[in-house]
Amino acid sequence: MLNAVPSGNRIWCVKIFPLRIQERIIEGLLWLSAVITILITAAIIWVLLSESVRFFSEVSIVDFLTDDEWTPLFAEKHFGIMPLVAGTLLTTAIAIAVALPIGLTIAIYLNEYAPARFKQTVKPLLEILATIPTVVYGFFALTVVTPFLQGIIPTLAGFNALSAGIVMGIMIIPMISSLSEDAISAVPRSLREAAYGMGSTRLQTAFGVMVPAASSGIVVSVILAISRAVGETMLVAIAAGQQPRLTANPLVPIETITTYIVQVSLGDVPHGSLEYRTIFAAGITLFIFTFALNNLSFWIKKKYQEKYD
Amino acid sequence: MTNGEKNRLKDKAFQVFGVFCTFIGLVVLAIFLIDIIMEGASRIDWDFLTSLPSRRASRAGIYTAWVGTLWILILTSVIAFPLGIAAGVYLEEYSKRTKMANFLEINIANLAGVPSIIYGLLGMEMFGRVMGLGGSLLAGALTLSLLILPIIIVTTREAIKAVPRSIRDASYALGASKWQTTWNQVLPASFGGIMTGIILSLSRAVGEAAPLIVIGALAYVPFVPTSPTDEFTVLPIQIFNWTSRPQADFLVNAAAAIIILLLITFILNGIAVYLRNKWQKRVKW
Repeated sequence: MLNAVPSGNRIWCVKIFPLRIQERIIEGLLWLSAVITILITAAIIWVLLSESVRFFSEVSIVDFLTDDEWTPLFAEKHFGIMPLVAGTLLTTAIAIAVALPIGLTIAIYLNEYAPARFKQTVKPLLEILATIPTVVYGFFALTVVTPFLQGIIPTLAGFNALSAGIVMGIMIIPMISSLSEDAISAVPRSLREAAYGMGSTRLQTAFGVMVPAASSGIVVSVILAISRAVGETMLVAIAAGQQPRLTANPLVPIETITTYIVQVSLGDVPHGSLEYRTIFAAGITLFIFTFALNNLSFWIKKKYQEKYD
Repeated sequence: MTNGEKNRLKDKAFQVFGVFCTFIGLVVLAIFLIDIIMEGASRIDWDFLTSLPSRRASRAGIYTAWVGTLWILILTSVIAFPLGIAAGVYLEEYSKRTKMANFLEINIANLAGVPSIIYGLLGMEMFGRVMGLGGSLLAGALTLSLLILPIIIVTTREAIKAVPRSIRDASYALGASKWQTTWNQVLPASFGGIMTGIILSLSRAVGEAAPLIVIGALAYVPFVPTSPTDEFTVLPIQIFNWTSRPQADFLVNAAAAIIILLLITFILNGIAVYLRNKWQKRVKW
């Protein structure tokens, strides 16, 4: 059954099937597209789990968690994930130490002090920081920031967690400032005006009223920024080094979980070997971190979201 | 000094600090762009764009890299856009407020937070090994499609949400079916918003290197890919490769390639901002 319903002077809708069936088919296809997202999650978990299970049948999980050396590519093999986790946490901590004070101050400044026009111009400019590809940040950290810091700290190695962390912090400033700014501007005017009415300065209003009222949104922004920093790859692969080391010293080369995966991928490790499986063990560790952080942020958003009417 | 004066002083001090923080990011951005341009701009010429990679820095070009990037962009668009828009339409127009819809929503938010390198591991196993695509353009595009799918879905939903109820009601009142309403009214009305999201997602895809390195995209490709099953490299991988070499000449090449990559990224973002402003102005409900 093929008929055309004319509408004005164009064919409006060609019907191959009766309308009712056509509608069902389309709805089915749309549903399928949405359900594919669940399959993606399932596939990620399946891929990480199946290779990791094989890995852990050869390496004990106790060694994996407690050994303080990670040398799967050397003759004398150790499979302790801790040096990689330490490297990841070190760069993340430095990044947050840079991004949180600056990002939160920007959010407060734009909301409580800056004229509306200024805010409208500055916000998109800051967002540019978030659109720059991360390899580019890596280049920046390695060729500009590290030499600059070496002028101040002569013992700084060519690859180090410090400059990678600082540059990563700059990269995630817009994430914290934007999300915190949204949270602060969602606090109703009446609260701010009440604080002014009590004779508070803008600073007292900001830290006494607005920031506490927006605290759940600010915490969410920080958690998402941490999650982003933990999963960041190219920046640290370029600037932080490839030497797994259980240390809190930001001046020496380290290796993050993500860098290790890149390092192995670039090399010639045969498929199905134990070395090959290490990247999935590292991957599942990374996935657990970010999965936990993301869900923590959803939970906080849901539970502590202040409702104002 | 009275308490009030002290507080006003603190207030002023914070204001200065606020201006300082706001500009520090912008100043770093400016320093960075100037540094890159000073280092790389003189290296960009016709030969640089049309030369194959080489072991000698002065003869190496980015021909294979930018062709690879172009391929990846086109293939990723073809795969991810229909899928992402369809999923967004389903979630916003069709799905009822059930547990399933809730689960889909949380799941998509979760996917958006999965690090890109994990998508690389998924792509390597699923597309590279199980489907036998190896380190081909198609495997890379499929991997990046999964990566940007959550962005497309979320922005599509937001764009559709902005279309007022009355448009749909009017369409239904004329006897249109659900799909006719969606296709003829809702999608055209939300076109600007959807396009904005799509272009932003492309600008994300164009800068990704990590997942493509994991699926096995090569750092050195001496030929230009001509079909989706060919091996490939992309600009970010080429930049990574040149940056990790010790010779200073390759750093100059990397800076030059970065200028090209940033140009592509900024143009894509510029188009997105332009579309957003244009549609915001034109459509007044």
